Amino acid sequence: MDHKDRLCQETWANSSSSGNELPKNISTQKPSYANFNFNAQQHQQKWEDTSIFGVRTNSTFQEFNPQSETQSLLPSNNNDHIKIPDRESSRINETLQTNKVPDWDPKAMLNNLSFLEQKIHQLQDLAHLIIGRRSQVLGRPDELLTQQQQLITADLTSIIVQLISTAGSLLPSVKHTLSVAMPPAGQLGGVLFPSGAGMNSSLQPQYSSASKVSDQSNQMDIAVNCGTEQNYSIEEHEMRDEEDAEEGENLPPGSYEILQLEKEEILAPHTHFCTICGKGFKRDANLRMHMRGHGDEYKTPAALAKPNKEASSEPVLIKRYSCPFAGCKRNKDHKKFQPLKTILCVKNHYKRTHCDKSYTCSRCNTKKFSVIADLKTHEKHCGKDKWLCSCGTTFSRKDKLFGHIALFQGHTPAIPPDETKATPGPSDKGDENEVANSVGSMNYSFGSGGANGSGAQDIMDVKGGVDDPASYFSPLNFDTCNFGGFHEFPRPPFDDSESSFSFLISGLCNYSQKTGGESSSNNIH
Amino acid sequence: MKRQKMTVEFDDNCNKSNNLFDLLSEEIVFAILDFLDTNPLDRKSFSLVCKSFYSLEYNHRKTLKPLRQEHLPRILSRYPHVSHLDLSLCPRINDNSLTVISNTCKDSLRSIDLSRSRFFSYNGLMSLALNCKNLVEIDLSNATELRDAAAAAVAEAKNLERLRLGRCKLITDMGIGCIAVGCKKLRLISLKWCLGVTDLGVELIALKCKEIRILDLSYLPITNKCLPSILKLQNLEDLVMEGCFGIDDDSLAVLKDGCKSLKTLDMSSCQNISHVGLSSLISGAGGLEELTLAYGSPVTPALANSLRSLSALQSVKLDGCIVTTDGLKAVANCVVSLRELSLSKCLGVTDEGLSYLVTKHRELRKLDITCCRKITDVSIAYITSSCANLTSLRMESCSLVPREAFVLIGQRCQFLEELDLTDNEIDDEGLKSISRCSKLSSLKLGICLNISDEGLAYIGMNCSKLTELDLYRSAEITDSGILAIASGCHELEVVNMSYCRDITDSSLISLSKCAKLNTFESRGCPLITSLGIAAIAVGCKQLSKLDIKKCHNIDNTAMLPLAHFSQNLRQIILSYSSVTDVGLLSLASISCLQNLTVLHLKGLTRSGLVAALLACRGLTKVKLHVAFKSLLPQALFEHLEARGCVFEWRDKEFQAELDPKCWKLQLEDMIP
Repeated sequence: MDHKDRLCQETWANSSSSGNELPKNISTQKPSYANFNFNAQQHQQKWEDTSIFGVRTNSTFQEFNPQSETQSLLPSNNNDHIKIPDRESSRINETLQTNKVPDWDPKAMLNNLSFLEQKIHQLQDLAHLIIGRRSQVLGRPDELLTQQQQLITADLTSIIVQLISTAGSLLPSVKHTLSVAMPPAGQLGGVLFPSGAGMNSSLQPQYSSASKVSDQSNQMDIAVNCGTEQNYSIEEHEMRDEEDAEEGENLPPGSYEILQLEKEEILAPHTHFCTICGKGFKRDANLRMHMRGHGDEYKTPAALAKPNKEASSEPVLIKRYSCPFAGCKRNKDHKKFQPLKTILCVKNHYKRTHCDKSYTCSRCNTKKFSVIADLKTHEKHCGKDKWLCSCGTTFSRKDKLFGHIALFQGHTPAIPPDETKATPGPSDKGDENEVANSVGSMNYSFGSGGANGSGAQDIMDVKGGVDDPASYFSPLNFDTCNFGGFHEFPRPPFDDSESSFSFLISGLCNYSQKTGGESSSNNIH
Repeated sequence: MKRQKMTVEFDDNCNKSNNLFDLLSEEIVFAILDFLDTNPLDRKSFSLVCKSFYSLEYNHRKTLKPLRQEHLPRILSRYPHVSHLDLSLCPRINDNSLTVISNTCKDSLRSIDLSRSRFFSYNGLMSLALNCKNLVEIDLSNATELRDAAAAAVAEAKNLERLRLGRCKLITDMGIGCIAVGCKKLRLISLKWCLGVTDLGVELIALKCKEIRILDLSYLPITNKCLPSILKLQNLEDLVMEGCFGIDDDSLAVLKDGCKSLKTLDMSSCQNISHVGLSSLISGAGGLEELTLAYGSPVTPALANSLRSLSALQSVKLDGCIVTTDGLKAVANCVVSLRELSLSKCLGVTDEGLSYLVTKHRELRKLDITCCRKITDVSIAYITSSCANLTSLRMESCSLVPREAFVLIGQRCQFLEELDLTDNEIDDEGLKSISRCSKLSSLKLGICLNISDEGLAYIGMNCSKLTELDLYRSAEITDSGILAIASGCHELEVVNMSYCRDITDSSLISLSKCAKLNTFESRGCPLITSLGIAAIAVGCKQLSKLDIKKCHNIDNTAMLPLAHFSQNLRQIILSYSSVTDVGLLSLASISCLQNLTVLHLKGLTRSGLVAALLACRGLTKVKLHVAFKSLLPQALFEHLEARGCVFEWRDKEFQAELDPKCWKLQLEDMIP
């Protein structure tokens, strides 16, 4: 629900504020439009037969609730306007049904436009009314104002929805003329169904569940798109490693069928739902096992068998998947589109590339992952990252560190500070000569102090900001510390007595640091 | 200005006597001083002439090889223009010393040798690297205690061109990685025996240091992975990969391009490389001049065939390989013209193969056929008739070569400078013939039981350039032979007359005329007394190494003149002699004495040894009988070890001397 709420908010905020950005986004939202189209049909279906969908349809209604709630709050003299959403949605459905025809219908277009015109006029009237009312009623201005605002927002939203769908109705035909060479599989309504044999009734719930948020989804997509467009270029390089394995595959375009799952499908924890109780499952087999509980008819071997076994006798077209994220290299509209091989690839790709990294490693509290399996893999090795670069990057393997160093100018391996501590020169006990002896012992203390100072001091430089002083010296923390300074800024020679003294100090504060003191940062410079 | 002022002072002091040197400018005197570089003592004498010479010398001196760490601050401030600092005589160099050096020398220091020093660490090196910006050469060989942090400190010396890290066993790829990134100008790097360095470190060196000319990777645990990047080095001339067992044929087969600039390649002891791998490694390296394949795969026609493309090849070393006659013939045919060939300890070298080879390669200058036990006078006849320009012939233990064959050497190879005839049948006739080689500088006649004073006299008369003479166990030699040598060969620097039992003091007295003598060994010469050693001490001021083991008649009276006159003595072996506490203690006045071997000294007491060890402050290595280990306090050893001294404990029984003939027979029994 949390997720959905957010989506709603975005939709609302967006519809009221970013109207001018819409046309641009619409043009990039061909698939979304098509989905919208499709989902709207599903919607209709849903309304006709809600009993099948149980829980899912409930949630759909809940989403609509905020709208009706705000409406009910409105003063009574606005009643005729309040009706609008209902009317509107039914009209939308009407128009959409006309839009089912893939070819562009100018009549439907005109219909849409006149409807929009009407709608805008209504809104204008409403605005006038509000202005007029404001001059009359001076009491309770705040409450009234918010109500008015909500009202207008609701209307604007519906206008925008309509506008998008209208504009979108143009697109398939445009696209048709532009890319006749494209395979029809990739073409049809933006790739929704595993077409043909693969499609059967058991899959139905899955798709209807996808439709539950679809009203928002296309707008949401717009909003997300606006926000993430600049992020996108940054994220693109991150995806290189994950699907590298498939990189080599070079299927000629058209030799395979492109499927594109929706964002919600990808992120849904379950993909198989019980048609009776609505319980979700990750695997179809588990669902079939679950179904046995609903009656003896589900216990037959036929019901328990793998559903599409028979379909496999037909020649199966190779399936490849497209990422729903527009502009992504894995999106079928990308110039250098590289398809994903399996649904699992799609899921991992989408989560890794286009989602927040919400899983944080509990050991190092630094590394974040969006795929839980990645976190688990990392946790296996976390703390073993002992290969450090001067830039602060850590590696679990030495060869990876050296590859990194070979690649980047000026980066050097960073020697762990323990090693500098372990290397003080052998003690000077031997000098019988009094003077030499005293010099020697001085030198000795300098030696060990200096070793601590120059090696460990740098860590403290960087770690001054880290909150948890107790973990300063745990190996896990290496990846946050920066040894770069050590190499890049030549340190003043620590030969005269004064500076060697200062190193002794740093050696001391290093010690207090170790025991948990928070002090040192003022000593550093 | 300064110069003029000094002249005025000088004139005043000397009552305006005319010193011609005063008319010369500083630059001209410096140019003269440049010619005094061969012998350090000449410079010393020069500087002691007068105050002005003294100041001239210390302004001119570029190289310094100090004996003690304690004096470093003073001598460094005295010599402001020192650019090369050789600390190989200072066993103890701590961080403090390095800090002093770096602060005094600053940017003038270009080269420092720490190969024999210990007790310094990362801190000292860091100070050196940061203060001496112009440092181009560091020798850190044998710094077995240094770790990666020290390597990271070295990496701060950005202008470094030559770096030797031999036997730095604790340095790993991480340290080498720092050096690779930090020292981009490296031209020479030696990583011999750096066992912690693997492919990754070497590869990074090859990737980051494009200027590398000389690369020594001996005994590293590297595999083929680093080879492609090494071979891409545009300037690489000298590649040493001795004992890299991880490199094998399969991995070399994938190499496509050899290194074009390569001139010297050493693949010794790479047992897993046959001709297949070799040919892919040297493909493209058409400019290769020197190839060392010692202790490698058998020398067969196939191996020789892979050398065919190397038109510039001049030197081939196949020491310790199994050699077939066909293989040797194929080498002769495949290589254009050899100037140097080494077949030392090769099994299977026959007269047929060797004589075929030498007739094809008449330009041979250096030939090493040590321990080729199958060859006879036939080979010698071919060698001498074909290669008249030989300058070096080493044929130790060619036991089938008859005494007549050596006459040919003298007759035909008159340009010989180095001749090793150890353990051969040569006789006086042969020596007489060899004395024609007037350029001879090194002659080894150890275990030649057929030579006598008569033959040696010819050498003494004709070979005036002789610098090294080895007469080890050549039992027939007596005083008259040595007298002839001493009177004819004034250039002698190294003389070994161990176990020539008939030698007496008179030989030593005659040898004391050779002022350049620096190494003298007279082990097991029971007739030598302190008198002879005294004569050597007085006459041979350069003496740095003296071995008088088993000379029972040498006692404390020999030590006193040594202590007084031989101020250059570094190493002395006194085992089995009659020297006692007093004699040993008197050696303490030799300030540069470093190595001391005192085994089975009857008169040596515990307190005497302690006093001597404490008094000789420069000692770096002492060989003692294991019995002393429990007799002396542990604190003493700790103290001495902290001074930089290493103890070697020997547990040998007292050995009575064998008759030389008997010794030879015993030796032959051991050889299968």
